Amino acid sequence: MSAERVMRRGGDSAVLRLSEAEANRIGADAADPDDDERVMLNMGPAHPSTHGVLRLMLELEGETVLRSKPVVGYLHTGMEKQGENLTYLQGCTNVTRMDYASPLFSELAFSLTTEKLLGVEVPERATWIRMLMCELNRISSHLLFLATNGIDLGAVSMMIYGWREREEVLRFFEKVTGLRMNHNYIRVGGVAADLPDGWRDDLRELLDLIGPRLDEYDVLMTGQPIWRERLQGVGAINADEALALSATGPLLRSTGYAWDLRRDDPYLAYDEVDFDVIVGTYGDCYDRYAIRLNEIRESMKIVEQVIEKMPGGDYRLQDKKITPPPRARIDESMEALIHHFKIFTEGFKVPRGEAYCAVESPRGELGVYIVSDGTGTPYRMRVRPPSFINIQTLPHLMSGGLIADGVAIISSVDPVLGEVDR
Amino acid sequence: MPELLEGVRYGVLASEVSSQVVLFVTAEEYFEAATAARNDGFDCLIDLTAVDYLSYPGARARPASVDCQRFEVVVQLINHRTRERLGLRVQVPADEPVAPSLFDLWPGSENLEREVFDMFGIEFAGHPDMSRVLMPEDWVGHPLRKDYSVGEIPVQFSPQSEPR
Repeated sequence: MSAERVMRRGGDSAVLRLSEAEANRIGADAADPDDDERVMLNMGPAHPSTHGVLRLMLELEGETVLRSKPVVGYLHTGMEKQGENLTYLQGCTNVTRMDYASPLFSELAFSLTTEKLLGVEVPERATWIRMLMCELNRISSHLLFLATNGIDLGAVSMMIYGWREREEVLRFFEKVTGLRMNHNYIRVGGVAADLPDGWRDDLRELLDLIGPRLDEYDVLMTGQPIWRERLQGVGAINADEALALSATGPLLRSTGYAWDLRRDDPYLAYDEVDFDVIVGTYGDCYDRYAIRLNEIRESMKIVEQVIEKMPGGDYRLQDKKITPPPRARIDESMEALIHHFKIFTEGFKVPRGEAYCAVESPRGELGVYIVSDGTGTPYRMRVRPPSFINIQTLPHLMSGGLIADGVAIISSVDPVLGEVDR
Repeated sequence: MPELLEGVRYGVLASEVSSQVVLFVTAEEYFEAATAARNDGFDCLIDLTAVDYLSYPGARARPASVDCQRFEVVVQLINHRTRERLGLRVQVPADEPVAPSLFDLWPGSENLEREVFDMFGIEFAGHPDMSRVLMPEDWVGHPLRKDYSVGEIPVQFSPQSEPR
């Protein structure tokens, strides 16, 4: 195994390094003999299989993709710049809008980094609630992947099924956080609210529903000859290449490389629960599909353990300088009112320094790097976006394959463009 | 200011920043230190970004021998075998914002370095495609620089007709 293929620079590289202006000039010059069989094709940004606004510049020979270039930035709204003008309390509402399919992970990484700078530790129950919600979010995100992967390959019923089951998870989110997406639930110092009464029953019901449905997917997809034919051996990458391209998450694990931050660099309380890290063998689209499907089962295992082991106590830190006081206290205490006012107007101050914390999101390593200058807003807020980095593998995965397989490959990398562009 | 534990690793000054080993390098020492780190088992470049310290108040928590510059390129490496993380902090001066590219060591740096170029205007020498990635190709300015304020785009007013 070697990563030589991905290190190339010139014309034999799979990456098409062509600017917009250069692409526009192709064919404009009549004197330029255009006698080769190569065609430049633009795919996206508004193409149903590009998961939002990903655009690909493709160089084709017949139906074979030679080189390609992912063109991104259509959703760029300067969220890292905005992060420098928002307080740490508002910061979670900002980052949660990046990866909209798994918003709780961005909130978690942001909160963990801020807490590291503050030097505070959240109560045990808050940690376990965070872990529970993140695993449920992993389930909903992977269900969304199964749905979109299905429709991209023509398995229309899978799209309906994936969406249907995801909705059940979102219904639980709505009950806990008040919102289906962009929850702003995990905040610095803990979580926004305790779990509602009867959450255990809701979750058991949810797990009982999803478990058999996953077995149905196995019948519908996993064992299907058409499905396997479409995915096996398509878009293969080896472990050295994936590491060289900084790929993380299911993309890296599909090559057989067992690396999962939950196990290898445990955060929250992942060292106290039992689960398996799912790896593939061939690094193809089929492995990436199978990994995500089985990761749902592992996440369900974790959720079951959390239901059993959930500790009591407070759901957030009771530090008046960081978290707002309980609403009832405001009516009877002047100090509580002052603290409430202070936190929601100028926020809390974070000591000078810098910190980086990473979590294993459904797409790979999602990290937040914050530089604090001692004021109430970060001096610099950086999010390490797993999708942005993972789409670098697209040209290498697509090179030499058919354009129809390209659709399967984009889908199997599972990029979320909100987080690619930020 | 936190206590800094200092030493030498890969021939450059190493220190501890928020419980992580960090190498402080100049743009000249950068590529050699990164090569040494890669040969030592740091097989994956996890992140590459930059910070513009133009308006940072007071002195930065850096070892005394580091000649602090306006830009600092922040690199995160990971050694999967030992599960160790290593940081690199490259001082890049404002008057000549150029640093060597890490493409030949980790090709995964391609888009990350393009993003830093796009957002901070730091060029990476030896990069195969030093172009903007998130902003439009013809954009002027580098948004994450501290002197690029949020409301900088001028509002277009209709011109005054005649002096009264």
